[in-house]
Order: sequence, then C-alpha cells, then structure tokens
Amino acid sequence: MIFLLMMAIPACAALALLVPGARLLPDDASLGRFGILVSGATLLVGLSAATAFDYSHASRAQLAVNRSWEPSLGLRFHLGVDGISLPLVVLTALLTFLCFLYTHRHPPAGGRLRLFTALLLVLEIGMLGTFVALDLILFFVFFEVVLIPMFAVILLWGGPGRRAAATKFILYTLLGSGLLLAGMLLIAVNAGTLDMTELARRHGAGVSHGVQVAGFLLMMLGFGVKAPMWPLHTWLPDAHTEAPTAGSVLLAGVLLKMGTYGLVRIALPSAPDGARSCALALGLLAVIGIVYGALACLAQTDLKRMIAYSSVGHMGFVLLGIATLTPVGVNAALFGNIAHGLITGLLFFLAGSIKERYGTGDLERIGGGMLGTAPRLASFLTFASVASLGLPGLAGFWGEMLALLGAYRPDAGLSRPAFVTFMAIGGLGAVLTAAYFLRLLSRITHGRPRDATAVIAAPSAYEYAAWVPLVALTLLVGLWPKTLLAVTSGPVRALFGGLG
Amino acid sequence: MIQGIDYLATLPPILCAVAAVVVLLADAFDLPRRWLGALTCGFLVAALVAVIALAAGERRRTFCVPSGLRGGGPRSCSYVTDDFTLLFQGLVLVAAVIVVLLSLRTIDTEDLPAGEYHFLLLSALVGALALVAARDLVTLVVALETLSLPVFALVGLRRQDGVATEAALKLFLVSVVSTAVMLFGISLLYGVTGAMHLDRLSAGLHGLPADLKPVASAGAILVLAGFAFKVAAVPFHFWAPDVYQGAPLPVAAFLSVVSKAAGFAGLAIVVGLGMPSLGHVWGPVLAVLAAATMTLGNLMALRQGTAIRLLAWSSVAQSGYMLAPLAVGERRLPEAVAATVAYVALYAVMNLGAFAVVAAVQRSGETPVTLDRFRGLARRDPLSGTALAFFLICLAGLPPGVMGLFAKVVVFRATVAGDVTWLAVVMAVNTVIGLYYYLAWAVRVFGPSEGEATRPGLAVRAAIAATAAGALVLSVAPQLVLSAVAAATA
Repeated sequence: MIFLLMMAIPACAALALLVPGARLLPDDASLGRFGILVSGATLLVGLSAATAFDYSHASRAQLAVNRSWEPSLGLRFHLGVDGISLPLVVLTALLTFLCFLYTHRHPPAGGRLRLFTALLLVLEIGMLGTFVALDLILFFVFFEVVLIPMFAVILLWGGPGRRAAATKFILYTLLGSGLLLAGMLLIAVNAGTLDMTELARRHGAGVSHGVQVAGFLLMMLGFGVKAPMWPLHTWLPDAHTEAPTAGSVLLAGVLLKMGTYGLVRIALPSAPDGARSCALALGLLAVIGIVYGALACLAQTDLKRMIAYSSVGHMGFVLLGIATLTPVGVNAALFGNIAHGLITGLLFFLAGSIKERYGTGDLERIGGGMLGTAPRLASFLTFASVASLGLPGLAGFWGEMLALLGAYRPDAGLSRPAFVTFMAIGGLGAVLTAAYFLRLLSRITHGRPRDATAVIAAPSAYEYAAWVPLVALTLLVGLWPKTLLAVTSGPVRALFGGLG
Repeated sequence: MIQGIDYLATLPPILCAVAAVVVLLADAFDLPRRWLGALTCGFLVAALVAVIALAAGERRRTFCVPSGLRGGGPRSCSYVTDDFTLLFQGLVLVAAVIVVLLSLRTIDTEDLPAGEYHFLLLSALVGALALVAARDLVTLVVALETLSLPVFALVGLRRQDGVATEAALKLFLVSVVSTAVMLFGISLLYGVTGAMHLDRLSAGLHGLPADLKPVASAGAILVLAGFAFKVAAVPFHFWAPDVYQGAPLPVAAFLSVVSKAAGFAGLAIVVGLGMPSLGHVWGPVLAVLAAATMTLGNLMALRQGTAIRLLAWSSVAQSGYMLAPLAVGERRLPEAVAATVAYVALYAVMNLGAFAVVAAVQRSGETPVTLDRFRGLARRDPLSGTALAFFLICLAGLPPGVMGLFAKVVVFRATVAGDVTWLAVVMAVNTVIGLYYYLAWAVRVFGPSEGEATRPGLAVRAAIAATAAGALVLSVAPQLVLSAVAAATA
C-alpha cells in the first residue's frame, strides 16, 4: 500500500493544481513551496519504504499490492519492489525533490509555473509507477505516462530548438513503446501470464526459442530507444540540450533508466534464450555507443550537449553490463544506473546554473578561469566531471569497472573472444571519456577568464541544497559500493536462476 | 408453414422505423424543427431502453427455420439478440443520440430539410440495428443496404453544394460496386454449401469437398469486399475523405462511427460465425488489408490541412487497427473478435468527441474548418479545447488518454496472440505516424489565441460534455468496456 500512497501524493497534488490560481497558491513562491512540500513528502514515503524493506530477502517482491483489475485480460494491479527497483524508486523521489528545490529559486524561463509544477508531479507518478509495477500492462501504462508531461516540459520551457526536440523525443520514444508492447505481449501471451514476478520465476519455460528471440529483439529495440542504445539515441542530445534544467535532470537521471531497468526486469528473465541469442548484438551496439558517445563529446562546443552525449557513452557501459548476461555484469548495470543518475543529474544542475549565469552554454563564450571567477561553482563542476569520468573512489568508477570485468568473463553460452574485444574497446572508451572531461575542465575552469572584471553570482542556498545531496551520495556509493551492491546482488542472482 | 415472429426481440429497430415515419409526418404537419430533433432523441432513448430491457431479460431469437424444415440442422435463426447484438445496438443508439445532438445546429445553419434529415438518419439506423442482429447472409445484405441507401441522400442533402453532390455520387458508386461484388461472393458460398444461415454455412464449409474449396475461398474473399467498403478499408477507402468533407458534419460523424461500428459488427459476424473454417483464407487477406489501411490512412492524414479531412483519413487508419485482430484467422478467434469490438466501442467515444468539438468550432457557412482555426481554442473556450486535446491524445493512444492506450493494448495482444507479429510491428510504426498529426493538432489547441470564440449552442455543448465524460470515465476504468465486451463475445 505504501507505493499507492507514494503515487497518490503527487497525483492528488497535481489534481489540486487544477483549482483556479486565484483560489489556491496564487503566486510563484507559494507554488514553489507547494512543489517542495509535495515532492518532499513523496521522498519521505519512499525513504520509509526503504526502511520497511526487508534486506535479507531482497530478491522477493515486497510491500506489494496485488488486486485483480481486468480478469478477461488477466490484468492485475500489482505493485511492489525488490532490490533491483528499490534504489531506483528512491533515486526518482530524490531527484524530483531536488528539482523542485532548484526550481523554487531558479524557475524555468517561460513562466506558467503552475503548469510546470503539475507536469513534474505527473512525471513523477509515471517514473515511480514504472519502477514499482509488477504487471506488464501496468508497467506499460506508467512507461507511457511520462511521455506527454516531458514533451510539454520541453516544448513549453525549452531552448530555441525546443519544438523539433520535443517532437523528436516523443516520436522516437513512442516508436520504442510500440515495439516494446509487441515484444512484451508476444512473451506474455505465449507464457500465459502478465505477471512479472511469475514470468521471472519461470525463466522463459514453455516459450519456444523463436518466440523468445523475436520477443527479446522487440523489447531490446523498445527499451533501447529509451536507454538510449546506439543508433537509436539521436533524440537524446536534442531533448537534453533544449529541455529546462529540471527536465534535463529528470530525463538523464530517471527516464533513461527506465530503458535499462526494463531490460533487466522484463526482457532478461522472461526470455533468457532470446537474450542469449541477442546478447552479442546488444554488446556490440553498447560498445559502439561507448566509443561514439566519447568521440561525439570531444566534438561538442555546447556544455549541455556534451553532457547529453556523455550519457550515450555511460549508458553504453550499462548496456554492456547487461549484455554479458552474468550477475557481475547486471550488478554493474544497476550500479551504473544509479551512479549515472546521481552524477549526470548533478552535471545538468550545474550546467543549468552556468547557463543562467553566463547566459550561454557555449564553451567558447563561457571562456576559461571559472575557478578564479566562480570558485565554488567550478569546484562542484570539477567534482562532477571527475566523478563522471570514472575516478576510483567515486560512484562512476564501479559501474564501468564491473561492466568491463563482466565482459572479461561473459556467460558461458556467449563468445568470449568477442566480449573480450568489447572489453578492450570499452576500456578505450573509458580513456576517451577522461579525455573529453579533462578537455572540458581545461577549457572552462582553468585558463584565463574572458572578462576578469565580470562578477559571477555565488551559488544560492537552493542550489547548494540541490547539489550537496548528490555529491554526498556520489561519495558514499563510490567509497562504499557495498551499500548498493548488497541490495542488488540478491535479486540479480535470483534473476539468473535459469540462465546459469 | 407459418414462421413465428418475436416482435419484442425486434423492438429497437421497429421503434426507429416508427420514429422515422412519425418524424416525416410531423414535418409534413409543420412541427417546428426543434421538436423534430427532440422527437428523434425521444425515440432513440426509447429504443435504448428497449435494448437495456432486452439485456436484462432472456436472450431472444426470431425468424428461425420452422422445426419441420430444419432437417436435422441447427435452429438457424435470422435475427438474434444475444449479448453481442445488444452491445452493438446500445453502442449504435448512444452514438446516434450524439449525432442527433450535433445535427440540431447544423440543420439550422445550413438550412437542411429537418424532416427528411431525421427520417433518413433513422432509416439508416434501422439498417444498422438490424445488421448487428442479422445471422444470415440475405438479412445481412438487406440490412447493409438499408444502412447505405439513406446515407447517400443524407450526404447529398446540401443540394446547392456541388461538392456534396459529387460526394454522394462517389459514395453511391463505390457502394454499388462493393455490394455487387459481395452478392457475387454470397452466390458462390450459397452455390457450394446450399446455405444462407451462418450456422449452416459454417457447417457446410467445414465438410466441403476439396475441389469446391477454391470456390468457397473466392466467395469468402468477395464477401469481405462489402464490409471493407462499409468500414472504409483500403482499397475501398477513397470515398471517405471526399464524402466526409462534402457531407454535413454530423453525417460524417455518423459515417465514421455508427456506420463503421455496424460494418465491423457485420464483418465479425460473418467471419466469426459464418466461415471460421476458412480462416486461413480470409485471415491473411485481412492482415494485408489492415496493414495497408492503417499505413495509407496515417500517411495521408499527415498531409491534411483541414480538420474534417484529417479525421477522415485518421478514421481510415483507425479501421486498420480494428481490422488487425481479425487477421488471426481461426486461431484464437473469439479473443480477436473481442479485441475488435472493444476497439470499436472505445473508438466510438473518442472519435465522436472529436467530431463534436469540430462541430462546435465550425461557423455557419464555413466548410471545411482548417486546422489553424483551432489555434488557441483552449484559451477561447477551455472546455472544448481541453476536451479536443484529450480526445486526440486518446486517439493517439497515450496517457492521460488511458482508454486509447488500452484499446491499442487489446488489439496488439490479440494480434500477437494469433501469431501475426509482423502486423503488430507495422502497427507500432503506425502509432508513431498517427501520434505526429494528432499531437500537432493538440499542440495547436494550446497555442496563442486567434480569432474569436464561436457559440456552439447547448446541444453541441451537451454532446461534448457527454463524450468527454465518457472518455474520462473510461480512462479511469477502461475495464468497464473490456469486461462487457469479453462477456458479450465469450
């Protein structure tokens, strides 16, 4: 029931915003406080769910609600979490809360804060629902709920190219959703159940090899659009670049994870045979994504665009981890998911603050010497960049290292030489990642400022409030990876019950 | 030998037939136009009550073959009011009430002859109500023609307008050709099985000698042609855009919802009850038709600049989605029929809603309404604007239009369950194309306001409110329709 409450809070709040502005929350400041309050309450519920969670049985779906919804389809209203989804639920609630904190003081250009608040709340329902749904159709409904709010956020509060970016975003993602729906139903109809825990328990028993391959392929493409997987990523740079700060943070921090989470939660356990047949292709595309993302980053001149392309590379590592079909690799993928959500969320917050102060995201026009002109902002940026390039001791390191380790020893049914090659190329990609982040730092934090007399405002309390939790968690997860791995490894082992 | 007739079972179409005559006479005695609309609505509600009463009572059947003539065969009734029939009769009647509500203002502004208009509408409705209850090929054809003939006149009712006349002629020609083709198909089926009743036809086809199978297959495909015309499936679709544009707007709504629903009911009856054993023949044909229909409809809809032509092409595309589940052939046929019926029912609500808003925006004498006229509608007229955006999102199948999403899900499910995965992939691509034009239209609605508000009047407002309420309720609880359909087709 706790997850019902967790989604009911933003839902009721979004409905309350339908009341005309004159009656309720007339000005922007009160709206901002309202958003913080609601998302804070949601986060508290999420945290209490995390404390109520029984970590010794992390592989079991807990805190579940399971009601019959539409018997003729076999559709159930089934919610619950296990060790795979719990961290993502908390991450979602945290990032949404931080977005509201940030927005309170730094509202997006374009006004209409009321609508913006309502859309973010609806977005939160969709994101949370995706991670707690345990019925395929219910999952799909929540998966789709995020589309229209995110489309509207980009379209109404985005940068100059927002119209094209928003359209591209929604068309691409819907194409993915359509293929995903076909793939999920193909497996579900042949297995005779829509229940995700039941599908995972059966490990694809009773579904023929051909159906599994077709189903996994469709789901891989569907989730691959969201993740994003090269070459289906082309919507991402535009959407991330044009979206307002809160939109970029949630896009990179949560929406991308819905793709990789779906692969781990649905595609792998329900079609293991299909996964084995497609793993090589998935691994290849993942590695291409790593290298492509890094090379593309080297060529970018816009800060947000560069961070967006870096997501392609980072999610490539996550996909590579999944492709290995080993517990190590999938743990790496789940770890990478969270790490990327924390670090890239932070990077987009910082990019928003930089853009607000300098009036541009163009690296050339920002100029250098930020450590001199805006030392605190520059320090945070340095920290985030270093974390993102995978410095040992910070969160970014473990996901990538473990993914490469997984590729060194892939599942016995997969071609080892191919995966070792992937590992080598992925390692090269990691070096390139370091190269572009160091290049970024050398261009804007070091060197001479363009205009030494310009006064750059110090970060506000709300900016600190948005950044510091992410920094702290990056450090915590980086220094003590067991906090996360202990939660995910149990369910991941259960996931591979039928694969080993 | 005398055949007993159960008049109670046939009450809904009889009420509509009586209403048609009453309205015509009332017009002859110069009853005011407003009263004619109210009278029609009254009769429709009475028919609806009859349907509900029939649903509460036992299932009836009439025009059965007398026991002396059965010769050991099944009961073979021509008119059956089972759950399937009642579901469709209810759907058709509710949709008809909305169409009548939309008509009131159009009759005034376009100066249409009110008596004839309502008479023709009710006559077509008699055909639709009979069609969904028909269980033999002759009754089906007669009902189909009863549905079609008044519509030609309705489309051409704006006599001074050349476009309307052309549209009526086009509709007439396509209809006649498709009926001829269908009759030829029926003659083939009758020739090989000697049966007109669907239950006998099905039995006859089952034990058919091998050398007659090609003839039966040809007959089956030709019979599909008649229904393909009614539901505007490719290649019998090209009347749709011109006719929708030329016809008065409520008539277009009637064609795209009532007439289409009846067509799909007929198709489901024929393939499901009459020739399931030929599934390997008509299944692939319907699969190709469905793929071609949705793709062509969506691609053409992309290029339209007026609301009515966009709705016309989009309704062609939607026909493709409705056809898709039937492509499974004999395998899992009941599930497929349930999916088609559920889609038709959900589509009826959202499409009627979209038509209602277009009717609200249309000014007198202005045809067709360009899409730019909807710019800023949400600011001029928040109810209509928001409702239209909601209907369009439903049609695109995205949350918050959960009903549209569920409609897509059941269709995907049935298609995939019947092992026609390629069609599901085609459908996935098509939903994206569809989203583009629906979304582009919905975004316009929220743009900066241009022009001034129109006054749609009370009846049109009521139609918008009713369809919007329906769409909202079904988006919160889509299982209402799904359960009803599952019960009716089981």
